[in-house]
Amino acid sequence: MRMRRLGTACVVLLAAGALATFGVSSGAATASTVTIGASLSLSGDFSADGQAFQRGYELWATDQNKKGGLLGHPIKLDIISDASQPAQVITNYNKLIGSNHDALVFGPFSTLLTVPASKVAARYGYAFVEGAGGAPAAFGNGLKNVFDVSVPVALNLTTFAKWVASLPASQRPKTAAYPTSNDPFTEPQLPPAQKIMQAAGIKTVYSTVFPAEVTDFTPIATQIAAKKPDVVVLGSVDVPTVSAFIHTFVQQHYNPKIFIATAGPDQGAAFVTAVGKGNENGIFVPNGWYGGSPKADSVQMVKEYIAKYGGTPSGVNADVAEAYSVGQVLAQAVQATHGFNNAKIVAYLHSNVTFNSVQGPVKFDSKGENTALQATTFQWQNATLVPALPKGAAGTKPPLVPKPAWGS
Amino acid sequence: MSLTELLQAIIDGVLTGGVYALMAAGLSLIFGVMDIVNIAQGAMVVLAGYLSYALSVHLGIDLFLGLAITIPAMFALGMLMEWGFMRRLREGDRTSMSILVTYAVAIVIEGVLSIIFGVDYVQLQASYVDSSVHVFGFYLADIYLLGFGMAVALMAALYAMLYRTKFGRGVRASLQNRTAADLIGVNVNRTRMISVGIGVAVTAAGGMVFGATNAFNPNSGYDLISRLLAIVILGGMGSIGGAMAAAVLLLVLSDVVAVAWSPLWAPLVFFAALVLVLSIRPAGLFGRTAVRAQ
Repeated sequence: MRMRRLGTACVVLLAAGALATFGVSSGAATASTVTIGASLSLSGDFSADGQAFQRGYELWATDQNKKGGLLGHPIKLDIISDASQPAQVITNYNKLIGSNHDALVFGPFSTLLTVPASKVAARYGYAFVEGAGGAPAAFGNGLKNVFDVSVPVALNLTTFAKWVASLPASQRPKTAAYPTSNDPFTEPQLPPAQKIMQAAGIKTVYSTVFPAEVTDFTPIATQIAAKKPDVVVLGSVDVPTVSAFIHTFVQQHYNPKIFIATAGPDQGAAFVTAVGKGNENGIFVPNGWYGGSPKADSVQMVKEYIAKYGGTPSGVNADVAEAYSVGQVLAQAVQATHGFNNAKIVAYLHSNVTFNSVQGPVKFDSKGENTALQATTFQWQNATLVPALPKGAAGTKPPLVPKPAWGS
Repeated sequence: MSLTELLQAIIDGVLTGGVYALMAAGLSLIFGVMDIVNIAQGAMVVLAGYLSYALSVHLGIDLFLGLAITIPAMFALGMLMEWGFMRRLREGDRTSMSILVTYAVAIVIEGVLSIIFGVDYVQLQASYVDSSVHVFGFYLADIYLLGFGMAVALMAALYAMLYRTKFGRGVRASLQNRTAADLIGVNVNRTRMISVGIGVAVTAAGGMVFGATNAFNPNSGYDLISRLLAIVILGGMGSIGGAMAAAVLLLVLSDVVAVAWSPLWAPLVFFAALVLVLSIRPAGLFGRTAVRAQ
């Protein structure tokens, strides 16, 4: 009886697990197809980003298949969920490469998962092109197979910081606060920006690192509000972090003149829903792409995305473009090397070639970081996320400074 | 750290503690009644948040008025869970098996919510979510004040129900000795089913306040469960007042540490306090033995 109860409980748990991993595609491939494997966070902490990445990979595969696939082979994606767990991502890439024998692999979401995953891919000699593992931790392991198509995270805030430092003395902020998560993708972004702004005479009145898993941001945000810095540079990993700071700032009647968050405001409609309409106005976020990008392939991707999932260009998550870019770059390498030999693909990606992507140009240095793509800083203006910096660059709109009042 | 910052951190901790108490009370009650560790409590908080969200966004119902719908709905869900899963677990290994079963329930809730609402973050919005009152130089957020007030009222109501009513006597009798309770005419199954229903119903209020103070998605429950378990263990498993006291104590402690020392140490202190108190009082601040005997 005891065993039967245990068995029943296990069946319930397994059935639940199956439900939680819905949407996972099979790895089986026919002889004519080329299978590309990827582990994505379809559940867990990164599920919003992971599912956006899945959409990006699938959109790219659909588009590429319309063009005849890869070297004439239809593309089949083999996506399995890692539940946002580093241990699971290792298992998944061993399965994708070692058991499923997928010809190529794409990267997962986040530096946290990219680091262990890239080591597995390196053991098998696979090229590891990814779009969301741009922190220094991903490039400090001596691996030659890792390639990030997005802007290196250490440079994410430098465009913004240089602009703040360049403001006329009468407009330049006097004080700044730098709270950041200790996430490996986030924390490295702030020191370069802080250095630039301090050199311009902007005094640091608050600087702290908080754990990525913190659930109560009220004391940190309240402490910042009490110091009333002109600029808040928030090292955030997701929407809840930024939303918590914004709501506390509103409650504390504190409105910084300039507010930038490293992640969260790029999540389109989900960000506005969380912070409340009007509260998004004036907030900056660094990124490599936005839904209104005039690049032809980006416009086409956004059009297809909206046709499939609905929404507006501003509502398209930047993760979609990062994932799509991964597919584009790997496809160009496959076509240039005329095959699926990963060693040749790795060598070609390291050959100083400039690739095209929906995010912009991609050119890898010896570590695999993209040196061609400049960090763009976006700002929410009148319910739309628009490129604002570098100031005067093509397609940018003048930044709103000071930030409008909350809710306006 | 100035005295003002210290006072602000204490105020923040007390008010946030009220929100956590609302979320943890159901967990404590269900353990007290059933000896079941409900790992799905975090998922239920999120489920309650989504119910309030759906009523607010699609029907324009105010968050607090919506509780008139979500509390009965969660009450029914709780009774269904008791009948469907909890009752079938044998007395001897109920606690250990409940962890497995309620974890499965959490995964099912997460999966269903993901299918219905997607995984994008949402947050409950209302005029009182961003407003605050100015008292003695401090801005106190209305949503936290309302949440704290509701926590005190619901805790008091639960306490009165358990210790001042015939039904409460039946609940406590069935806790102490099921057979004896049966013999004196207490319908133990019915009592337990209603008790679990009440425990889950309280979560409706906690979920609403959680959703108004945090952006959440179907996965957000996992971030909560370790803290909620720490609160009910520290308060004394099964003690409603203990949950309130422990929530306030732990949140004040972690908020003060975050402000005075570093936010990096706040989670550690949260659990270090738990270990310290349990080493002195193994049954928690308001241990279950005492609670059942009251």
